[in-house]
Amino acid sequence: MARIISGYGSLLLAAMGQTLLLALLGLVFASVLGMFFGLLSVVRNKACNVIAQIFVDVIRGVPLLVLAYFIFFGVPYAANNILHIPVTLSALQAGTICLALNCGAYMAEIIRAGIQSVDVGQMEAARSLGLPWWRAMQRVILPQAIRTMIPSIINQFIITLKDTSILSAIGFPELVNTAKNVVANTFMSFQTWGIVAVMYLIVITILSRVAKIVERRLSRGRER
Amino acid sequence: MAERDKRCKIRITNLRKNFGELEVLKGISTEVTEGEVVVIIGPSGSGKSTFLRCINRLETFEGGQIVVDGVDIADHRTDINQLRERVGMVFQHFNLFANMNVLRNLTLAPVDLKKTTVSEAQDRALQMLRKVGLEDKILSYPAQLSGGQKQRVAIARALCMNPDIMLFDEPTSALDPEMVGEVLQVMKQLAADGMTMMIVTHEIGFAREVADRVLFMDDGRIVEEGTPEEIFTRPKEPRTIDFLNKVL
Repeated sequence: MARIISGYGSLLLAAMGQTLLLALLGLVFASVLGMFFGLLSVVRNKACNVIAQIFVDVIRGVPLLVLAYFIFFGVPYAANNILHIPVTLSALQAGTICLALNCGAYMAEIIRAGIQSVDVGQMEAARSLGLPWWRAMQRVILPQAIRTMIPSIINQFIITLKDTSILSAIGFPELVNTAKNVVANTFMSFQTWGIVAVMYLIVITILSRVAKIVERRLSRGRER
Repeated sequence: MAERDKRCKIRITNLRKNFGELEVLKGISTEVTEGEVVVIIGPSGSGKSTFLRCINRLETFEGGQIVVDGVDIADHRTDINQLRERVGMVFQHFNLFANMNVLRNLTLAPVDLKKTTVSEAQDRALQMLRKVGLEDKILSYPAQLSGGQKQRVAIARALCMNPDIMLFDEPTSALDPEMVGEVLQVMKQLAADGMTMMIVTHEIGFAREVADRVLFMDDGRIVEEGTPEEIFTRPKEPRTIDFLNKVL
C-alpha cells in the first residue's frame, strides 16, 4: 500500500485531476443541454416536445460505453471516409461530448419533472397579469422548480462523476485508466483499486456535503 | 335597457369550445357594460369557469368571438399580454407566487413589465393592501397567510396592474366558511367603486346583493339571465328553478 502511494501517488492524483476535469466539462455542457431540452419539453409546442422526447429516449436507450465508442471511433470514421471531412476527436473531446449528452438527457428529464411539479396555477396567475411565458418561467416557475430539482441534480452530478470511469475505454487518462497501468506495473491490484475506491469516495463525499449546504441555502426562509 | 348607452366592455358572440370530443361551451353570447357586475351561477361542469377563462384567453376557443374594449382577443394581431394587463383575474386557489413575499407578489408584474418604477409600484402595492386590510402582511410569505388573507392579497395583486375589468373564478370556493365574508367584503367594495366584474360563484346571497345581472349556465349554455330579482325570485326556466331549489 505504502509503495503504491509513494511510487504512484502523484500519478493517481494527477489522474484524479483529469477525472475531475472531464466531469466538470461534461457537467457544464450537460447543464446547458439539459436546460435546453428540459424547456423544450414543457413549451406549448408539440414539435418541440417530440424533439426533446426523442433526444432523451435515444440517449437513455444507449449504454454510455456504446455512446463513447460511437463518438470516439464511429463519428470520426464516418466523417473521414463517408463525408470526406477530416475530423479527429481527442479522448477528452469525445469524453466530454459523451458525458454532456448522457448527463444532459437525464438532466432534461429532471428539469422537465421539476417544472411540471410546480402547480399550473402559478403559470396561469403570472400570465393573467400580462407576463409573457418566458418571463413567468424565469420569475415564478423556475425559482420554485429548482428547489425540487436540486437533490436529483446533485445525484445526477455524482453519477456523472463516476461515469467518467467508463471513458477509460477510449483511452482517456483518467483515474481508472491510470490505475490499470499501475496494476500492470506492480501487480498490486488489491491495494491499487482500494486506493482508487477511497479516492472516489472522498471526492464524492465532499461533493455531496457541498451540495447539501447549497440545498439548504436555497430553501432557507421559504417554507411552504 | 338603460345600461345600453354605457360603454360596452366585453362582447361575447356565439362562443364555442371543445375539450377534444366534449363540447363544453355551446354558443354563448352576452355583453358586459362598463361598471357592470355580472355573476355567473350554475352546476359544476356547466362550463362557467371555462367561459370566464376564455375571456382573458387562459383557454383557447374554437368558435365565436370575444371583444374586450373593442379588441378581438382571438385575432393573431392582438397582443394578449397587453390585454391581460387590463383584465385582472382572481382564482379559486389564489395562486400567489409561493417563492415571493406579499410585496414582491404585488410588484412583480408592474415592475417587470415596466409599467411603473419600483417605488411607484411599492406605493401602489401598499395602497392596495390597505384597501384589502392587509398592510401588516406586506413582508409575509403566502405560506404564512390564511386562505382568506391569500385571496385578499390575490385581489390586491390583480388591482396593482390597474385593470378595468376583474374576473373572479370561484374566489371563495376553497375557503373555510368563516373566511368567505372577508373576501366578499373586498369584492363588494370593488363593485361599489365601479369596477367592471364577472364573477363565477356559488354564493347566492352575495350574487343577490351585488350583481347587476345574473347568468345561469347549464350544459355549456346560458339558460337564463336577468336581474338577481328575476333569476332568484321569479326564475322562468325549469332548469333554473330546479338548480335554485337545490342550492337555496
